[in-house]
Amino acid sequence: MSRLLETRDLTVGYRSRGQTRAVLRDINVQVAPGELICLLGVNGIGKSTLMRTLARMEPALAGSVEINGTDITRMSQYDLARHVAVVLTERVAIGSMPAFKLVELGRYPHVGWSGTLSGADREIVRDAIVAVGAEDLAHREITELSDGERQRIMIARALAQRPAVLLLDEPAAFLDVSARVEMIATLRKLAREQNVAVVLSSHDLELSLRMADTIWLIDGAGRLHIGAPEDLLADGSIAATFSGPNIAFSAGDRTFKIRNHRHGRAFVDGEGEGVGLARTVMEREGFEIIHAPEGAHVTVTVAASGWSAGGRKGQGLGTSFAELARFAREEAGATIPMEIQS
Amino acid sequence: MIALLVLPTDDHVDPSSGFLMTRNHQEQPRDGRYDAAIPALVASMRTRHGLVLGLAVLLLVAAFVAAICYGSTSIPLQSVIGALTGQPAGGNPDFDIVRSIRLPRAITACLAGAALSVAGLQMQTLMRNPLADPFVLGITSGASLGVALVVLASGTAIGAFLSSGMGLGGGFAIVGAATLGGLLVLAPVLAISSRLQNPSTVLIFGLMTGYAVSAFVTLLVAGARPDQLERWIAWGFGSFSAVTWTELQVLAPVVALGLVVACLSIKPLNALLLGENYARSMGLNTRAMRLLTMAVASMLAGVVTALCGPIGFLGVAVPHMARAMLKSSDHRVLVPATILLGALTALLAQLVSLLPSQLGVLPLNAVTALIGAPVVVFVILRSRNGVFAG
Repeated sequence: MSRLLETRDLTVGYRSRGQTRAVLRDINVQVAPGELICLLGVNGIGKSTLMRTLARMEPALAGSVEINGTDITRMSQYDLARHVAVVLTERVAIGSMPAFKLVELGRYPHVGWSGTLSGADREIVRDAIVAVGAEDLAHREITELSDGERQRIMIARALAQRPAVLLLDEPAAFLDVSARVEMIATLRKLAREQNVAVVLSSHDLELSLRMADTIWLIDGAGRLHIGAPEDLLADGSIAATFSGPNIAFSAGDRTFKIRNHRHGRAFVDGEGEGVGLARTVMEREGFEIIHAPEGAHVTVTVAASGWSAGGRKGQGLGTSFAELARFAREEAGATIPMEIQS
Repeated sequence: MIALLVLPTDDHVDPSSGFLMTRNHQEQPRDGRYDAAIPALVASMRTRHGLVLGLAVLLLVAAFVAAICYGSTSIPLQSVIGALTGQPAGGNPDFDIVRSIRLPRAITACLAGAALSVAGLQMQTLMRNPLADPFVLGITSGASLGVALVVLASGTAIGAFLSSGMGLGGGFAIVGAATLGGLLVLAPVLAISSRLQNPSTVLIFGLMTGYAVSAFVTLLVAGARPDQLERWIAWGFGSFSAVTWTELQVLAPVVALGLVVACLSIKPLNALLLGENYARSMGLNTRAMRLLTMAVASMLAGVVTALCGPIGFLGVAVPHMARAMLKSSDHRVLVPATILLGALTALLAQLVSLLPSQLGVLPLNAVTALIGAPVVVFVILRSRNGVFAG
């Protein structure tokens, strides 16, 4: 694997009033061209600090960050800017400027003192705008753009810098669901097509696990786990990091489940998509879903015409899931079985 | 949008063609939307910028001539042109008035207006704050402290420089002191601004520092003789009339240097529009840029304050006028437009201050405030989320 970006025993953290506070220690990671990496971890664990240290916006407390074998502390500001571009969480308030002008600012480390763009520079700006699918936004004022559109322009600006490594600190922070999916799909495409290494920190576990080539996972103890999403799912490190006393991360369907099984066990059977939906209803109402009828407190059968159920209080049937939920709530009102309470 | 919500499952991924199976990077099709819209937009922006700058130049020339024609006595245009084109005086007293009083005053107004406006633009961009200017941030107060200290320490009567008797050396001393005084106030304000991201806190800190320094200056001046005090107050009104050719030998090169630096820093100023973090990530040495801009803004505001008195509102108002006319935040056009409009506004303020001819001259400070305050109010009203929003 070619090593575009590499850290050697990197320790990141803060330095204030002569005191150092290490957040993450002895990080050894490698990034290859064209790789999409998602950095995951709970809030405050040091994701941003690591990203900022990789971009030399914070000094490393120990160890080094190297790009193509050169320590970044030995690179000039311009040289670094030609290799690493960033997209930050801070919102830009740029005043009056069409979007393509903002993208042109990305050519900063490549143009002369006056900032005049050559024809080649303009072509690169154009390619960057096309690459993020922002042709229709280019002529519009920045202030008129939605959060998702502005983030696309910010990514285009970073691309116009023609970096080898693109670092994005929580790029989805302000975006709605569709814009998040769109953005990460764009980043993945860019990584592949332009051979740019993309490292992004994210809160969106499910999306990251689906789209990343490699996951950097910071667990609760501040250790870094590196691997393909499936490897980290398989070895349980993701579930261990994100599960808490009240929620559990399920590796199988990659979603969080609320640990709220105080009303008993439910067995749901039947045909069609309704089965899965009925299961989510029962789970939400506080039943643990089991996969065999033995030991179930409530049994639900789903068919095309509707559902029927039997439980501790009696029988019920209906056609809508709202009715099933009402039935489940009545069942939940029944005596809570002792063995579940503990 | 809905289609984008559907996550392609793994079996849709074709490793050879990348994720979304979109067009290959090497063969981006010539998309008509971009290639039609952008050149048209660039052309219309160029037209607007050219019109604004051209109009500003024309008005500037007109105002310059008007500022020479009008004064305590009106001078016919013919004499003005004659005096300016270097015709022999031939006993015409108007030639003398034009050459020794009106011309230096008009040049001073241009230089001071341009200097204060560019300093305001630099501060607004550096601090990302639409209300920043040398006056609000306390540079002007600091500069007057420098002036007061030099004048008192040297035993010269306060306001001696008003009577043109200070000579070149004294001029540089006062300008240097004013610049240092401005820096003295600006440095802590900028240090605070890099630590606290909240712009309103920074402005309040600048205002308070300015008030504290002004209070200190008042204490210093309180011990002065009544005639000194009177001159101090006259200086405080602000005036372009006190600057003669002697002081211009200080003012002109200092302002020219500051304006040249401002023109050379168009590229970094544009990068700073995105904030210091982005600017650094694009290769700008933000620390050096911050120091340079600080020094230049202090120098520009300091020299003008020393020689023309504390003139408010030009610094905050003119960059906004330039932005509104150009409809652009691009410093490539903003810096020249600010220079031109700053000079023009100062000349107009000078002309307005002459209006009540029987009563003497209006304080320049009052005139600039009357021009500037509505602009500031306009800026506040126009910004939808308040001027301090991000």
